[in-house]
Amino acid sequence: MPASVPISWYLILSAILFGLGVAGFIYRRNIITVFMSIELMLNAVNLTFITFSYTLKKVDGHIFSFFVMVVAAAEAAVGLAIILTVFKNRQTLMIDDVSSMKY
Amino acid sequence: MYLWLIPIFPLLGFLLNGLFGRRLPKSLVNLFAIGSVALSFAWVVKTLLALGPLETKYVEHCFTWIQSGALQMNVDFAIDRLTAVMLMVVTGVGLLIHIYSVGYMADEGGYYRFFAYLNLFMFFMLVLVLAQNFLLLFVGWEGVGLCSYLLIGFYFLENFATTAGNKAFIVNRIGDFGFSLAMFMIFRQFGSLDFTKVFDAAKNMPTEAGYGTLTIISLLLLVGAAGKSAQIPLYVWLPDAMAGPTPVSALIHAATMVTAGVYMTARSSAIFTHAPIAMDWVAIIGLATAVLAATIGLAQTDIKKVFAYSTVSQLGYMFVGLGVGAFSAGVFHLMTHAFFKALLFLGAGAVIHGLHGEQDLRQMGGLFKHMRITAITLLCASFAISGFPFTSGFFSKDAILVAAYARAPWMYWVGVVTAGMTAFYVFRAWFLAFTGDYRGHAHPHESPLVMTGPLMLLAVLSIFGGFINIPHWLEPMFAETAENQTLAWISAGVGVAGILLAYVFYVAKRGLADSFAKAMNGFYTLVFNKYYVDEIYNAVVVRPLLAISRVVLWKGVDAGLIDGTVNGVGSRSRGIGGILRLLQSGNIRTYAAWVVLGSIVALIAIGFAGGRR
Repeated sequence: MPASVPISWYLILSAILFGLGVAGFIYRRNIITVFMSIELMLNAVNLTFITFSYTLKKVDGHIFSFFVMVVAAAEAAVGLAIILTVFKNRQTLMIDDVSSMKY
Repeated sequence: MYLWLIPIFPLLGFLLNGLFGRRLPKSLVNLFAIGSVALSFAWVVKTLLALGPLETKYVEHCFTWIQSGALQMNVDFAIDRLTAVMLMVVTGVGLLIHIYSVGYMADEGGYYRFFAYLNLFMFFMLVLVLAQNFLLLFVGWEGVGLCSYLLIGFYFLENFATTAGNKAFIVNRIGDFGFSLAMFMIFRQFGSLDFTKVFDAAKNMPTEAGYGTLTIISLLLLVGAAGKSAQIPLYVWLPDAMAGPTPVSALIHAATMVTAGVYMTARSSAIFTHAPIAMDWVAIIGLATAVLAATIGLAQTDIKKVFAYSTVSQLGYMFVGLGVGAFSAGVFHLMTHAFFKALLFLGAGAVIHGLHGEQDLRQMGGLFKHMRITAITLLCASFAISGFPFTSGFFSKDAILVAAYARAPWMYWVGVVTAGMTAFYVFRAWFLAFTGDYRGHAHPHESPLVMTGPLMLLAVLSIFGGFINIPHWLEPMFAETAENQTLAWISAGVGVAGILLAYVFYVAKRGLADSFAKAMNGFYTLVFNKYYVDEIYNAVVVRPLLAISRVVLWKGVDAGLIDGTVNGVGSRSRGIGGILRLLQSGNIRTYAAWVVLGSIVALIAIGFAGGRR
């Protein structure tokens, strides 16, 4: 990472990625897209971790981002399994149709 | 000296029998129950021998129980001469009764349960007499009350037994209420509950002419003592307590627990002697109880009821002794009474055992040839309680009566008449049971040695126990009592007259008693029905109390106020929840929106807080 690139750029990029993730999570109706949005948010956070870790010369941020990756991988496995089951049972991936867990 | 070992042995016996007794053979249950009390007795003897003449009190600190601000409550055990007497009586008589119970309870169900309770009782009783402060005494006091309740209701399948147990427990609550108040007052006045501190401080206070603090404390203590020792107006539980097994009546409701009130009053003599008004109350209540119970005893037909009222009456005597300032005489009578009354009850138990549960004197008669040992030992006890010259009762009862004469001659004369009545009704029971022809239908038989052995030992103690000079032994603690040979012989003479009268009525001229009862029909009915005290209490106290409990406390406070509050909170919560649950739309994107909104709010909040820092 060249020293000429200021730290704020990384953070702004991370914020943009996170915002896109949030927007996708709220506005998209396809469960798979929603799922991808979640991954996007996680990776935006990872970017922030790495940035600070590099700037402060501390390894903690690296460790955290690895944690996040592990959790994201596990979550992807479970999440995709759930999505498959939902599709099997309902023949739909529209998130608004999956609303039986209400009062 | 390891004083704590004395009460701990019976506690171990209780734990072993209570936890494992159901699966243990009877021989092991016996071993634990009797062995623990025997060890305790042995340790008492060893300790007393080691301590010697006990010129001063020996105190042993076990551990600090409660420490809170100015309040420090220790578990301290102490032995002085008064405690020594009590320890010997409790463990000695207790041991004999434990042994006797092996024979008496042999065919009863719940064998291990019986001995577990009995051992627990011994533990609490020993804590009571060894305690060095009022609170620890109260622990023992409540504990023996609990065991009394458990053992009265021992035959819990019988309705009357559970009712009698409840009655004993509830009536005792009234007394304990007074005792608790007394303890509060003592702590407020002296800032401590430790006997040494309290009594030393009380000794330095002036004698009160009116109703001062010490008088109030004494009167409240008297309420407690009246509850436990069955004095007017709280004596009603003791006759009913005979629903328990007979050894229980002997141990708890004759020899030891009911004398706890006498012990406590004697222990608090430093307070009582500075409150002459309270002393008068003690004497008058004692005297009234003695007379009332003796007259009721004249007409009872249940052998245990006769002895129960006799116990109430004798406890009244002890209170007279305490009330006129002859504390040592009261304690002396406590000891001799423990001997002969335990013997009376155990003898009655042997009779009941030999008749397969028959308690009605009218169904007995002519038992002398069937159970000689029981008859002769019971005769010894009857002579002792009648104050026949040179038996134990002669010395102790006369010590009380002589002291009463010094206080007020009329008290002496009332006491003497009561002594005559006592002799009469005890011998009436003896003659009805053992002379004449057998009127019942069972097959009477003598009891085994395990029962007659304790009877014989107690008979020896009843006859010769009076030569143990308790008043002399207690002299360093209490003021000396007067002696008057003439008065002693008068009361003994009246006692003998009572015996002769009983002989005339129930042996020489049978039928005289019935015609006499018919002639005095009104009085006889009154006495036979125990002055209707139970009925009066029922109408005046129990029924209104039940009505108030039902209408005000149950329907009003419990159902109305408490349930209303709880149900109100419940239904309000449900209403609010009904509104809030609409948030639970099931739409995942809505939830996500809420999360985002929440994070934004949190961020703004953090921003503000950070800005201020």
